[in-house]
Amino acid sequence: MSSIAVSTTINDDDVEFLCQPDETLLDVLRNRLGLMGAKEGCGTGDCGACSSIVDGRVVCSCLVLGAEVEGKTVETIEGMADGSELHPLQRKFIEHAALQCGICTPGFLMAAKALLEKNPNPSETEIRFWLAGNLCRCTGYDKIVRAVQDAAAEMRGDAA
Amino acid sequence: MRYERPQTIEDATALLAGGAGKSYVLAGGTDLLVRMQNDAFEADLIVDIKGIDGMGDIRRTNGDFVIGAGVPCAQLEETADLVAAWPGVVEGANLIGSTQIQGRCTVVGNLCNASPAADSVPAMVAADARVRIAGPDGTREAAILDIPTGPGKTSLGAGEIIEAVILPARPARSSDAYLRFTPRTEMDIAVVGVGVNLTLDDSGIITAARVALGAVGPKVMLVDAAAEAIIGTKLDDAALDALGEAASAAASPIDDKRGTVAFRKQVAGVLTRRAAQTAYTRAGGK
Repeated sequence: MSSIAVSTTINDDDVEFLCQPDETLLDVLRNRLGLMGAKEGCGTGDCGACSSIVDGRVVCSCLVLGAEVEGKTVETIEGMADGSELHPLQRKFIEHAALQCGICTPGFLMAAKALLEKNPNPSETEIRFWLAGNLCRCTGYDKIVRAVQDAAAEMRGDAA
Repeated sequence: MRYERPQTIEDATALLAGGAGKSYVLAGGTDLLVRMQNDAFEADLIVDIKGIDGMGDIRRTNGDFVIGAGVPCAQLEETADLVAAWPGVVEGANLIGSTQIQGRCTVVGNLCNASPAADSVPAMVAADARVRIAGPDGTREAAILDIPTGPGKTSLGAGEIIEAVILPARPARSSDAYLRFTPRTEMDIAVVGVGVNLTLDDSGIITAARVALGAVGPKVMLVDAAAEAIIGTKLDDAALDALGEAASAAASPIDDKRGTVAFRKQVAGVLTRRAAQTAYTRAGGK
């Protein structure tokens, strides 16, 4: 198989890489670009641990070919914090202890970020349905939901 | 394996028709990439159709909605006039998978994957939707119902690609609904799915109806007897009973751990009644 040259934008940086035709975006991020935040949980789009945002839509990067992101805009967990300043979602996940082992956390954060960009004031039900494609075996989800609600309130400028 | 991203539909069909070995169309990839993870999967060519003009668009022409084969299902619910005209088609499509899957999966992919339980398909059959198919010999149209021929099998010929789904212009006082039963509330595959599409007259009498069942046979089915049971009625109790009985009778499901034959047949009747009531209310009936 011959390699494919891909030009794309990842976390506001112009990036060029070579990949195999059957190589997933997840494998490109982790194995070629050193962006290890997206995790491979299932590899079949069920667990959400590899969630990243492509052209504004949150997707499982295990179900996207690397070659497909030519000319697109990719956001990963590595671009979420502003330098050393954490995104409100990241901060609230820590404050609410919304993680234990942390494998699922980058995926939850990317999915939650996409939710709050679309809907700044989601109900608990909307949060739970939106995050149904992200699996966590540690927290029981309640702490994650509360962290997202709290981050949303802060981002809206509501008093805590 | 080669990956190609042609810019025209002619190039895409030529690639598929001329490719030696196994070739696949890539749209949302939510089925294809899962299959690619399997060691036994073999492909010589993947043709990504999303670079072709119009594939990512939902267009309105003469009242028809034309949904390109690359449109992710999430885009359907973001299209307000489509939701207003075809709420049942949109709710079926939006039941496929998670948020992440919705950002990629397509109704054409759901159709061509040819699962008997495909959530977007019964509502599209009830809608009398058609597909536009590009092939080596030009373009043709076909009814949604004629695309799947059995589990994992379609009637598409070599080199043929479904370009778009066409939802027809519809009269006033028309609406539709899709309901499914799953053991879980989310992230599951239909045990029974039903799409109902109705048109009413000014007095609320049903003048046209189409009822389609999924997951209770090797392929989606259009149940004429169910439609006939409610045409000419105001969906009164007697009509609903006849509708439910016709749907249950038409269902020919398998028996497995997710539902027995008797259970699925009963649920087919119950869901058909409920979907018809929802469609009736949406169409302005009281």
